[in-house]
Amino acid sequence: MSIILDKVNYVYSADTSDRIQALKDINLELKDGQFIGVIGHTGSGKSTLVQHLNGLMKATSGTIYFNGRDIYEEDYNLRELRSKVGLVFQYPEHQLFETTIFDDVSFGPKNQNLSKEEAGLRAFEALRSVGLAEELYYQSPFDLSGGQKRRVAIAGVLAMRPEVLILDEPTAGLDPAGRDEILDLVARMHKERGITVILVSHSMEDVAKYVERIVVMNQGSVMLDGAPRDVFAHYRELEVAGLAAPQVTYLMHELKDHGIMVDTGATTIEEARATLLEALMGLDAGRRDIYLEGNHA
Amino acid sequence: MSIIKARKLVHEYIRRDEEGNVESIDTALDHIDIDVSEGQFIAVLGHNGSGKSTLAKHINALLMPSEGTLWVDGKDISEEENIFPVRQTAGMVFQNPDNQIIASVVEEDVAFGPENIGVPTDEIWTRVGESLTAVGMAKYRHHSPNKLSGGQKQRIAIAGVLAMQPKCIVLDEPTAMLDPNGRREVIRTAHELNKKKGVTIILITHYMEEVVDADKVYVMDKGKIVLNGTPREIFSQVDKLKQYRLDVPQMTILAHLLRQSGIPIPLGILTRQELLEAILRIC
Repeated sequence: MSIILDKVNYVYSADTSDRIQALKDINLELKDGQFIGVIGHTGSGKSTLVQHLNGLMKATSGTIYFNGRDIYEEDYNLRELRSKVGLVFQYPEHQLFETTIFDDVSFGPKNQNLSKEEAGLRAFEALRSVGLAEELYYQSPFDLSGGQKRRVAIAGVLAMRPEVLILDEPTAGLDPAGRDEILDLVARMHKERGITVILVSHSMEDVAKYVERIVVMNQGSVMLDGAPRDVFAHYRELEVAGLAAPQVTYLMHELKDHGIMVDTGATTIEEARATLLEALMGLDAGRRDIYLEGNHA
Repeated sequence: MSIIKARKLVHEYIRRDEEGNVESIDTALDHIDIDVSEGQFIAVLGHNGSGKSTLAKHINALLMPSEGTLWVDGKDISEEENIFPVRQTAGMVFQNPDNQIIASVVEEDVAFGPENIGVPTDEIWTRVGESLTAVGMAKYRHHSPNKLSGGQKQRIAIAGVLAMQPKCIVLDEPTAMLDPNGRREVIRTAHELNKKKGVTIILITHYMEEVVDADKVYVMDKGKIVLNGTPREIFSQVDKLKQYRLDVPQMTILAHLLRQSGIPIPLGILTRQELLEAILRIC
């Protein structure tokens, strides 16, 4: 099962002089269980793209298939699609509105016409999975810290038990520890429940660390699509598109330019460390002695 | 002379119930002492809720101290007649570019501040031209701000502040909503204003990489300044920073890991260039 986009186009203000084609002939297959990163400069079409996936925006032309069915068919149940494809917006904490955290998280499942008990059960489950302390459940969501609020907002989407979880820049404005907590949480959801995750991000480092596939958007089109090491190998093209490779990838290229045989495909700190150790340990014997001596000193 | 000086600065957010009784007191700033000299580039780090923005809002006299004193260019912000001079001395740029732009043409947006304080028209247009040039946006002068990228919008916001000819600019997480290019543009602009025009910069950020070129870093936690020093001094304290919910630059982490594996990389690596040179030295 998967989401397939077939020649999707989207045009803003079609009949005016401000006409902007936000999506151009997008063809993509987003396979079940993948952890996908979507990157692109501001205005490249990332957010427009992900809002098509749960039917919030409707393509001007082209079709989207969810689990084999055309979501633009007349009798297609879009309400059900929206609970299966959960979308966490940018700054989702601005959308908290209930008087207690528990009510806020129960809102989604209640809207799915589930019984009060079932909705409550799902809210409990979701709140537990985002790691929020139980004594907070009946307090106002507005008293929480930024990172906690965001976890509540994510719980609100998880409570609908989506098959696909889309997060649009979930770490913007969070401190480093808050960033790690949110991304670790998402990675755990992906691993434990096997849900498909689509992460829209401006952080190349985060994308490199977490995802298995990167879709690069540029001026409304898919510019690159592949594994992080393959995508970031095109770092010069990425720069032209207003993006970059992770810092470590640049370091690897610079080392190689100086004749050190490292793997330029390294995109994370761990990969960089591994290839550097290999390259530096592989120095010839004489140099290694000097190196080891230096080490003792 | 210090352009910004705080002594035992305290700010409490007091929450009251319907009858006006105090429900809770949240001490956002807890006896802060800082000294910033004119022309410095200062970075402030701290987790969400550590008090960074509360501090920033005092420098602009948007908030008043509950206790203690803050002087901006020698003026005590608690004195009513100083509020406007202080706001002219210290300009502020916020996180969200879309909330700070009000006019429909770039040059009018930049002119808004000086116009408001009664600068003569000729002088306004000179300042607008100079400010836009300083942030590298002169060619967008007659454009609509709507169609600019996030980084460009933030540079317009900085130009708007510059047109007030402040001695100091406080940037409160100016890059949080920007893509990599936008982030680079804004940080580069801040450094240029600092170097070329001698504007004192206070940069509040969650991105450790943006801090490495600062003259001095303050780290805040629970309303207190818990660390201060050069970036090198600050980022050598990995465990402490983690404890304060912060991090170190990627290159510092990589250098640290290599050192742990027995590769003789010196302490204090902050940038890619430094790590590159350190590795080349041992090969």
